[in-house]
Amino acid sequence: MVAVRESAPRRHIDWGRVGLHVGCLAVLLVMLYPLAWLIATSFKPADEVISSLRLLPSRLAMSNYTTALEGVGGVSVLRLIGNSLVISTGAVLGNVISCSLAAYAFARLRFTLRGPLFALMLATIMLPQHAVLIPQYIVFNQLGMVNTFWPLVLPKFLATDAFFVFLTVQFMRGIPKELDEAATLDGCGPFRTFFRIILPLSRPALITTAIFTFIWTWNDFFLQLIYLFEPEKFTITLALRSFVDTSSQSAYGPMFAMSVIALLPIVLFFMAFQRFLVEGMASSGVKG
Amino acid sequence: MNVEAPDQQVSPPRERPGSESAAADSATQRNRPRRREGPAWVFLSPWLLGAAVLTLTPMLVSLYLSFTQYDLFTAPEWVGLDNYVHMFTSDPRYWRSALNTLIYVLVAVPLQLAVALAVALALNSMGRGKGFYRSAFYAPSLLGASMSIALVWRALFNDGGTVDDMLSTFGIDMGGWVNQPGWALLVVALLTIWQFGAPMVIFLAGLQQVPHELYEAAEVDGAGRVRRFLSVTLPMLSPVLFFNLVLQTIQAFQVFTPAFTVSGGRGGPADSTLFYTLYLYDRGFTASHMGYASAMAWVLLVVIGIVTALLFRSSRSWVFYNDKG
Repeated sequence: MVAVRESAPRRHIDWGRVGLHVGCLAVLLVMLYPLAWLIATSFKPADEVISSLRLLPSRLAMSNYTTALEGVGGVSVLRLIGNSLVISTGAVLGNVISCSLAAYAFARLRFTLRGPLFALMLATIMLPQHAVLIPQYIVFNQLGMVNTFWPLVLPKFLATDAFFVFLTVQFMRGIPKELDEAATLDGCGPFRTFFRIILPLSRPALITTAIFTFIWTWNDFFLQLIYLFEPEKFTITLALRSFVDTSSQSAYGPMFAMSVIALLPIVLFFMAFQRFLVEGMASSGVKG
Repeated sequence: MNVEAPDQQVSPPRERPGSESAAADSATQRNRPRRREGPAWVFLSPWLLGAAVLTLTPMLVSLYLSFTQYDLFTAPEWVGLDNYVHMFTSDPRYWRSALNTLIYVLVAVPLQLAVALAVALALNSMGRGKGFYRSAFYAPSLLGASMSIALVWRALFNDGGTVDDMLSTFGIDMGGWVNQPGWALLVVALLTIWQFGAPMVIFLAGLQQVPHELYEAAEVDGAGRVRRFLSVTLPMLSPVLFFNLVLQTIQAFQVFTPAFTVSGGRGGPADSTLFYTLYLYDRGFTASHMGYASAMAWVLLVVIGIVTALLFRSSRSWVFYNDKG
């Protein structure tokens, strides 16, 4: 962009810039339309949901939300959100702990088979989850853990999300080695070096891991669909699922009110941590 | 993607020359590795346990199950290659699901990456406002995997939905997209393209690492905009393009939530959105044919493996790594 500015310092380049902004804004409007539609529909009174072509409701109807708060199948929305929160928080804890431990070993410690094990870790990033799904289900079934939250949380404590191990390895490799060496000279073993030096300095990677784990677990549907079947164990996503095969459009209002409720935590997380999310995603593909 | 093992630059233990006898030296050599490796294995243990118990063993078990008939309640019964033979020769729904997924991958992934690259190029040449657009365009890729957005998509593209209404005002009467076999797959693809933000952010980070001298040198040589893009930007960006291509392709083969939701949970209309994973779920968890579903999972694994290997092989001829040496 500097090159463009240097080669053409005349005024008319501004028009190109205006065009760029107009184009980007147009794309943005199209992209955000579904979200605007979702929010608007969630406030529409029942008779306007289907018939009205207008985006905005003629009056704000809260009835959709009061219906949505009652939940699905006698389970209140608070319970559904609580279940989603328990699973997502457990997954975050598991991933942050287990992935940072493994990443430290790969990034800094020497052990036999490090190369092959690192390659294995990378390969598991590309492994489709379906290849391990059924045996895992059988094991959790034998352990009596089906229809509990364990199958959704326990694997995270064993660093099965190798993507985050890789992300954290990449970050830790960027921490100057002199710091570890100084710590070693001061008599720190690998454990103290990890807890005192590497872990605090890896905070951005840990936060990125935490936020992505939260959002992905919150959004996840497939595993929850397989492992949870009692309404009391349902997550907000599973509750929304019960709307999937209803063809009656009369359920639209409450359904989209509940959709908005389900998206709220993600939106809040995004607004609070967008820097970590965007940078974390960027650094996964580009060597920093 | 930077896939080589972490550099082995751990500083060697400092020997004090001449202070130890050769025998003592070899003794410490023998003891040292184990003592030094202990902590590494402690740090690795959760991952190792997970890889062994939750990844490698299940992979082998599902390979075994793919040669059996198994309903989760009675013991698996060995049937040899029956599952595979049935799958390939007499299950039209299997082929339908494989074809649907293939079409989806071939449509959604290139289009999504093209949009991502175009927007990244536009943002890269933008001064102020870049950060705002970057975040705004990125947001949908966090929301898009959710059930909520898939439900919105289904409503927008339904008969009498917003898209139908808008097209009708232009005189195009085509009814709902999600209830027409020819169009429903495209609705799922559009939802994927809508989430172009994640690869875009990676493209943008790659663009910012292209050294300016290259553009200046190209300009001195008389290269125009198009030429600079083709000869500087594209080669310098090829590793990032490759990373995005591999990642998005692997993910696209496994898409589930939007397909499940847009199709009303059954892959309809007329199996037109019966994705591979949807059919796998149907066979394994609705019809309790765990052996058949395992066979499907292994075919998927092999196909993804082959596609990834082909991509890596092709990358030798079009991906340009600047950091050689």
